[in-house]
Amino acid sequence: MLAFFVTAIGAFFFYLLLTFGSGTIVAWSLEEWISGAVLSLIVGAIAGRVAFNRKKEGRKSSLRMLNPLRWLLFLVYLIGPFLWAMAKANLDVAYRVITGKIRPGIVRLSPGLSTDFGTTLLANSITLTPGTLTVDVDEESGDLFVHWINVRDTDPSAEAVCGSFVDWARRIAE
Amino acid sequence: MSILLYVLLGIGVLFNGLGAIALVRFPDVYTRLHGATKCTTFGSLFTALGVIVYGFARGGAQYNTLAIHVIIALIALLVTNPTGSHAIARAAYRSGVKPKGAVVDKLEDRS
Amino acid sequence: MIIEPLVFFIVAACFAFFVMFSLLRIGLGPTVGDRVVGLDTLNTLVVASMIVLGAAFDQVVFIDVAIIYALLSFVGTLYIARYLEGGLN
Repeated sequence: MLAFFVTAIGAFFFYLLLTFGSGTIVAWSLEEWISGAVLSLIVGAIAGRVAFNRKKEGRKSSLRMLNPLRWLLFLVYLIGPFLWAMAKANLDVAYRVITGKIRPGIVRLSPGLSTDFGTTLLANSITLTPGTLTVDVDEESGDLFVHWINVRDTDPSAEAVCGSFVDWARRIAE
Repeated sequence: MSILLYVLLGIGVLFNGLGAIALVRFPDVYTRLHGATKCTTFGSLFTALGVIVYGFARGGAQYNTLAIHVIIALIALLVTNPTGSHAIARAAYRSGVKPKGAVVDKLEDRS
Repeated sequence: MIIEPLVFFIVAACFAFFVMFSLLRIGLGPTVGDRVVGLDTLNTLVVASMIVLGAAFDQVVFIDVAIIYALLSFVGTLYIARYLEGGLN
């Protein structure tokens, strides 16, 4: 039930953002308010179960992301370390495109995260940062299989590959 | 202000171009994904930032709406691009494409 | 006028040129995976050029189409990936 309301309210905010400035009630017209409410209720009924799946064995629920403090941390992470790492990643790829020096391989990482959101966040961060690309996830243990473009160590720790991202993902999602 | 716009759009074009060249130059699916995903995401981020700055700098209701919609498009792009690249990498691995010249392959032991 | 619309058209033309590279990869790619990578890059480039063209023509509709295109192309990529894995069950 909680999942339904959260999804519906999220969809409603998204609708209002898209139709910003269409009328005079605050900033939206009456039609947009009504159709937005109806549509977001429908979306909540259909997608609520998908967006927040039931609690699994040994994994924590995704509903803990409702805490606004976590969103603030997420924003700080996005603007600070993430953007910097992304800039470095692109210069790295540029270097490899021009020189053609590669030493690829697939390694296994055990970040030890216990939420789905944390694992997703870490996997996406890894994909967008220097020389690494997530290929597969072991769903029971949360281990990641990462394609590394320049292998320095065949059995690395999670910190050796993605630096402070594990700490950030843990701070944000757990 | 216009110099900032030129810089943002220039960085966008540069990195999108690098992504396109990486697509042609690298030897196998995984390395191509590296180049394509990172560079096009970064390039599109800066192009979109350029348009957002343009929208807010012009002012007026229409241009503010333009900037807000570009922000939504940017979020959609940032979320979907790496996720899509996982899907492709995993599918490529499961359909039997091995990384070319790999020094280590931990996935092979598991499956 | 902060910036000439012509600049946006030049940027969009550059993107159209880069689309050629991804078309090349779609045509050449030895495996199906390579072709999908090319397609994914093409989608991102199309979204970026739609955003730029929206600013060039001062039309919000272009951006709306770009949002929908980004989301739908993501679904398309997921479907192809799922199909390649061998099984829609």
